Amino acid sequence: MPPWFKKKQQRGFGSGDAGYARLVDNSAVDLSHGVILYLEDITVSFDGFKALDRLTLSIDDGELRCIIGPNGAGKTTMMDCITGKTRPDSGSAYFGQAMDLTRMTEPEIAAMGIGRKFQKPTVFERHSVFENLELALKRDKRVRYSLVAQVDDEVRDRVSDTLQRIRLEGEAERMAGLLSHGQKQWLEIGMLLMQEPRLLLLDEPVAGMTDDETERTAELFQSLAGQHSLVVVEHDMAFVASIASIVTVLHEGRVLAEGTLDKVQNEPQVIEVYLGR
Amino acid sequence: MRTPLLFRTLALFDTTGWIATGLFVAIMLVLLPLLHLALPEQSPFYVSSYVIALLGKILCYAIVAVAMDLIWGYGGILSLGHGVFFALGGYAFGMYLMRAIGHDGVYQSDLADFMVFLDWKAYPWYWSGTEYILWSLVLVVAVPAFLAITFGFFAFRSRIKGVYFSIITQAMTYAFMLLFFRNETGFGGNNGFTDFKRILGIPITSPGMRVGLFMLSGLTLLMTLLLCRYLVTSKFGRVLTAIRDAESRVMFLGYNPLWYKLTAWTISAVLCGIAGALYVPQVGIINPSEMSPANSIEIAIWVAVGGRATLWGPVLGAFIVNLAKSYFSVAFPDYWLFFLGSLFVVVTLFLPDGVLGLWKRLRSRVRRRT
Ligand SMILES: Nc1ncnc2c1ncn2[C@@H]1O[C@H](COP(=O)(O)OP(=O)(O)OP(=O)(O)O)[C@@H](O)[C@H]1O
Ligand SMILES: [Mg+2]
Repeated sequence: MPPWFKKKQQRGFGSGDAGYARLVDNSAVDLSHGVILYLEDITVSFDGFKALDRLTLSIDDGELRCIIGPNGAGKTTMMDCITGKTRPDSGSAYFGQAMDLTRMTEPEIAAMGIGRKFQKPTVFERHSVFENLELALKRDKRVRYSLVAQVDDEVRDRVSDTLQRIRLEGEAERMAGLLSHGQKQWLEIGMLLMQEPRLLLLDEPVAGMTDDETERTAELFQSLAGQHSLVVVEHDMAFVASIASIVTVLHEGRVLAEGTLDKVQNEPQVIEVYLGR
Repeated sequence: MRTPLLFRTLALFDTTGWIATGLFVAIMLVLLPLLHLALPEQSPFYVSSYVIALLGKILCYAIVAVAMDLIWGYGGILSLGHGVFFALGGYAFGMYLMRAIGHDGVYQSDLADFMVFLDWKAYPWYWSGTEYILWSLVLVVAVPAFLAITFGFFAFRSRIKGVYFSIITQAMTYAFMLLFFRNETGFGGNNGFTDFKRILGIPITSPGMRVGLFMLSGLTLLMTLLLCRYLVTSKFGRVLTAIRDAESRVMFLGYNPLWYKLTAWTISAVLCGIAGALYVPQVGIINPSEMSPANSIEIAIWVAVGGRATLWGPVLGAFIVNLAKSYFSVAFPDYWLFFLGSLFVVVTLFLPDGVLGLWKRLRSRVRRRT
C-alpha cells in the first residue's frame, strides 16, 4: 500500500467512510462545563446605532432556548455574530469552552457544527429539493472532494431519510423555487438536519406555516433537543409556549429578562416593551 | 463502488447532446478537412482556405465562449477581461513562432525584427527557452493561470462581486493593453508579433498545417465542452451554481466560495489561453488590440446571444456573431458596431436565455400542441 494511501485512510478517507476529513469533529468542541455557546459583552453598532449592546448570553449543551423580542431587538444580528456574518465591535463569542467564533470565517464556523436557518427562507431555488439536501450533507466541503464526489447509495439514503422527516418525499425532483413558503421553511430545516450540526440557530422557523405544520415543527424541535442544542427566534408565542423551557427576552440589544415563559410574561418591563409599541 | 469512467463520460450528455457532438465531429473534423484537402479547387464542393481560416478562428472564439460560460453562466461572475487571458496565451505561443522565424526575418538576424529595430542585442530574460515549443506551451497554460490565480484570489477574497468585479476586469485588460503597447515591454509594441514562418519546421501556410491547426482547434473545443460539462454536472458544479444563486447560504453550509470561484475562474482563464495559442498561428498575427476592453465585452455578447449556462449555446453564439461579423465587415463595414449593439439589446430584452433558450421554448410549444 503506498504511503499516501495510508495517510488518507487514517484521516477518514477509507472505504465505507464517506470522507469526513477536516470535518466537524464534534469532540473538538470542549463541552466540559456543559455550555455550548457563550456570548460575552457583545456590541455591534451600525453607524453609531447599537444593534447589540453588551449582550451576554449562555446556552447549555442540549438545551432548546427561545429568544423573543420586539422587531429590531437585535435577534438576527445576534445570529449574524455567532455565524461569522457580522464581526462584533467588541466582546467575545465562544463555542464550547475554547473556540472563539469572532475569529473564524463563516464556512469554518459552519464546519465546526453551527447550522443556521435564515429569517427569510433561503434555499437554492434553481436546484432540486434533492440537490439542496445533497449540498447540505455533512461531507468534506473542499473543492478537490467536490470535483470527484458521486451521488452514491449512502447519499441517497440520507437524503430520503430527511425527505421523509420534512414531509417532502414526493418533491425530491422539484425545483426548490416552486415550493410553497412553508415547504421552503421545511426544506431549509431539512438542510440543517443534513449538516448534523451541534448547535442549530433558527430565525423565525414557523413564519408562513399552517397551524398543522407549526405543530409538527414543534415536535421535530423537541425531538432534536438533547442531542443538539437549539436557539429559536420566534414571534409566535403559542409556538414558543409549546416548545421552550427557558425564554430569553431581548430588547434594544440587551437581555431584558430570562426564565420560563410564564415568568417573563409577567415581568413589568417585558409587558411595557411589548405593550408600549 | 465508483462508476467506470466510460459510463460517466457517456452520461455527460443526453441523446440530443451526443447527436450534436457527433454532427460537430463529422463536420469539423472529417468533412471540412476532406473537402479542403482532397478536392481540386475547381470542384463546387471545394472548401477554400479562406473558409478554413475563418472557421478555425471561430472555433478558437467558441472555446473562449464556453470558458466564459463556465464562469458567467454557472458561476455568475461576469468577467469583462477574458480577452487578456486569450491574448496572453496567444503571446506565449507567439514567442515560439517568432523564434521559429530564425534568420528569415527582414534583418536576417537571430533576434526578432522589432528587437533589431530597437537596437537590442539579445533576447530579454523572459524570452529564454521560448525557442522550444514545449516551453512555450507550458507558458501558454502557466501565464494565464498565474494571472488568474493572483487576480482572482485577491478579488474573490475581498468579496468583490457583480458590476464591481466586471469593472476591475475591464481595468485589468486595459492596463495589460497599455503595457503591451510599450515597445520596451519586449513584445513588439503596437505591431505585436506577425510574419510567422513555420511550426516545427513545417511552413505555416501549407494546407496540411492549416488543416492540422483547424482540426486541433475543433478537437480542443470538443475537449473543452466535455471538461466543462463534467465540471457543471459534478458536485463542484452544483456548488458553483449555488454560489451564483445564494452565496451566503453556501458559506453557512461550510463551503468556502473563494476556492470554488477561484478554481472555475482559473480553469476558464487557462482554456482562454489555449484558445489564444491556437488562434495566433491561424490568423498570423497577435497585437495588443486583442486586449482592448471592447474585445472582452464581445466575448460576453457571444455567450448572451447563444444562451447562458448551456455550454452549447455559447458555441452557437460565437458562430452566429462572428459569421455575421465577417459578412458585415465586407458588406457594410460601417454598420457592424450598430448591428452588434442592437443584437445585444434585442437578446437581453427578448431572449434572456439566448438562441438556445428560444429553440427550447419553440420545441416545447410544438410538443404541447401535438
Ligand atoms: N446591516 C445593517 N445596517 C444598519 N442597520 C442594521 C443592519 N442590520 C440590522 N440593523 C439594525 O439593527 C437593529 C436590529 O436588527 P435585527 O435584524 O437584529 O432585529 P431583529 O430582532 O431580528 O428584528 P425582527 O424581529 O424584525 O427580525 C434594527 O434596528 C436594524 O434596523
Ligand atoms: Mg430578525
